[in-house]
Order: sequence, then structure tokens, then C-alpha cells
Amino acid sequence: MATQEPGSFLARTWDYITETQVWKSIFRHGMPTTNRNRALVVMSNVALHLHPVKIRKSGIRLKFTWCMGGLTFFLFLVETFTGLLLMFYYRPTVAYAYMDIVDLGEQVPLGIMRELHRWGAHAMVISVWLHMFRVFMTGSYKPPREFNWNVGVILLVLTLLLSFTGYLLPWDQLAIWAITVGSNMARATPLLGHEGPGAQLLALGDVRLVHAGSDARFALLGGRFVGEAALLRFYVLHCLGIPLVAATLMAVHFWRVRKDGGISGPL
Amino acid sequence: MADEESETQPAKAGDAPGGIGRRAFLWSLPLGWSAFAASISAWLVASGRFMFPNVLFEPPQSFKAGFPSEYNLGEVDERWKDAFGVWIVRESDGFYAILAVCTHLGCSPNWLAAENKFKCPCHGSGFYRTGVNFEGPAPRPLERVRIVLSDDGQILVDKATKFQQEKGEWGKPESFLKA
Repeated sequence: MATQEPGSFLARTWDYITETQVWKSIFRHGMPTTNRNRALVVMSNVALHLHPVKIRKSGIRLKFTWCMGGLTFFLFLVETFTGLLLMFYYRPTVAYAYMDIVDLGEQVPLGIMRELHRWGAHAMVISVWLHMFRVFMTGSYKPPREFNWNVGVILLVLTLLLSFTGYLLPWDQLAIWAITVGSNMARATPLLGHEGPGAQLLALGDVRLVHAGSDARFALLGGRFVGEAALLRFYVLHCLGIPLVAATLMAVHFWRVRKDGGISGPL
Repeated sequence: MADEESETQPAKAGDAPGGIGRRAFLWSLPLGWSAFAASISAWLVASGRFMFPNVLFEPPQSFKAGFPSEYNLGEVDERWKDAFGVWIVRESDGFYAILAVCTHLGCSPNWLAAENKFKCPCHGSGFYRTGVNFEGPAPRPLERVRIVLSDDGQILVDKATKFQQEKGEWGKPESFLKA
């Protein structure tokens, strides 16, 4: 280390450690004190390589970017982590769901975890709308960025779906009726909902293919009304299905920003 | 294509003279690729079908509602509302059973006897005692369910069969139990 006196105990120990095979197999570069090493660090580290080696000064202009996209991603990570912790105590069955949520607040240490998850969800929805608003106001959707805007819209819908599926999990009155009302809207889907326009077209003679036991709402709920099957489906969608799709699209979203020259770069 | 490849690269030991080339090789297996594509498509379709359960663990849709004599004339009876979500109404000419599901978005309405109407707490839909909608966002009347007399003389209510007034189904025989 350049800051130590050569020959001092610490310097010699450090030199020894950094010459060992173990160290060299983990770190393939020197300390990031030269530009070359700084670039090497970012390029060879799996966690850091997701960051660009350098960013333009325009990228940190908070009055321009608001940092809402970054905040949204941060909140996504917070939600993933707090959600994972909640999964150690919550059981998605009619018999246990409600009491497990109560117990998470009263019996489990750091009973604020459920609230952190919930507040994080609220904050993420707010930040995602602000991010969309910022991108619109700065014209950052204009060519060649139209595709990324569309990916962002899909991510917005996924965020709202995460909120929708998560809302059912406490299995209280708010949850059951909100999802009953929300899923009842699915039965009016054109063609795929049994009460929607066009459903009668999909029939083999007298036998209707799209009915209350086979339409989009039935697939969503796993039944004809909000019950045990719906709770499990929403749990799987909330914890695994939608996050996987969202993570994939986020990778595309960030990749696009990078390829277009970095955040808030000029066209 | 095979010719281009062998022109630009020196021949290696083991190369077949006039070999097929890499690009041609991929396309030389149409049967294999078709089978692969077919199996992936079949798997995707099967996954879609997987999401529609064949067996539902839901409470029984039909129940015996007691004897006709247990119901008072001109009353909307609420005794089965909590357990089965059905009101039994007895008029002078007979019985009908109304499903307690608001036709707007699915909440459970309440029977307000003093005001002689069903009122949904969610968005304020209002229905007459016959089930016909007259106020609020409900687009159609409450649904009636099949009501018949079982062999032992008790009223049998079957929620699996619904009758919707706007389709003219309230005239069908099993939507009304003549007393």
C-alpha cells in the first residue's frame, strides 16, 4: 500500500497477503489507484461490472434525473430482501395466512419488517410514477429510446401487479374484497373473459369454450371465487413469477440506458 | 458453402474430403429441429393447460333450506346469507332464491328491511326485493339460483345454476318454486 512506509510491519504484511495465491485468485487487479486499475476493477468484478467504468457529469445532475429510476431499483432490492425475510414466517394457506401476519408483528423480533415491506411497496409505486414523469418531461423517450420507454411501461404494470398480488396475502377483509372486485374485472376481458365481448364467439356449437370455469379469471384465481387456490397462486406470482419477469425486463431496461450512452446523456 | 470453407482454411487431419461444413450441418437435421420445436411447443401448451385445475376444493354448491312452512309470507329470509350467500324470498305465489353477489363487482349486498331494498356497501348499488337493480353502478339485476322441492319435502337451493333476468331466464321453471 502506497500510504505505508516501505518496510513497515503493516506494509510488509500487506505485500505478503497480496502475493498469496488465494488473494491473487480472487483479485485479478491491483488497488484502484491508477486509471488502469480502476477500469480493471470495474471490468473484472461481477458485481461492479454492472456499473459503467465512467459516467458523464450529466449523469449525476439530480435536478435533471431526480434519481428516481435508481431509487426504484433500490426499493426493488429492499422489497426483495424484506420479502424474503417475511417468507420465513408466512404460510400462504387460509388456515394460517392472517395469523402469520399478525404474529410477524407481535411475536417475531423486529416486528416492523412487515411494515417496512409495505411502506417500501408504497414508496416504490410512487418512485416509479415519478421516474416515468421525469423521463417524459426530459424527453428521454424520443428516438432512439422509444423501445426502452415501452419496456418501462411494462415494468410499471409489473410493479402495480406486484402490489395487487401482495395485497391478498394478509387474507383480511381488505385483501379478500379488493381482490374479489379486481378479479371480477377480469371476467369482462374481451374474448378471454366469460362475461366479456366476444366470449360467445369461442364456442364449438352449443358448448362454450370460455365460461366461468375456464376463462382468464378462472386461471388467475384457480377457482370460481377468491379462496385457497387464489391465495397460493397470488403468493407464487408475487414472490417468484412477477419478480423474475421484472428482473429480466430491468436487465433489458438498464442495458438499453447503457447502450444509449449512459443515463441522461445527450442524444 | 462447403467449398468456401475448405478454400480459406488449411485442411486438417481428420477432415472428410468435400465435408459438409458447419452451417450446412445445422440445417441438415430438419427432423431433429422439428422434433425439438414440436416438443417445446407442446410443453408450452401443456404448461398453459396446467394452470386450469380439474378439481376444485370449494364448498358444496347446493343445500337443503328447510321446509316451506318455515318461511314467512312476504319476507326476505336471511338465515342462509352468511353460510351460503343466498336470500330466500317468499311471495304469495311461491319462493325464489337470490344470490347475494352484487352484479357490479362482486361484493355482498345487505338487505335493508326498513327501506325494502338490497344495498351494496361497496359502491352503493341498490336492488328491489325482486333483485332488479334501480340505483348505483350495478348494470343488471341480482341473479336468482335454482330452487326446487327435494324428495323429502324440503326446499333445495342449487347455486350451480343461475338465472339472469336480463336474459329472460326468470321465467324458467326452476327459478321459481310454486307454493
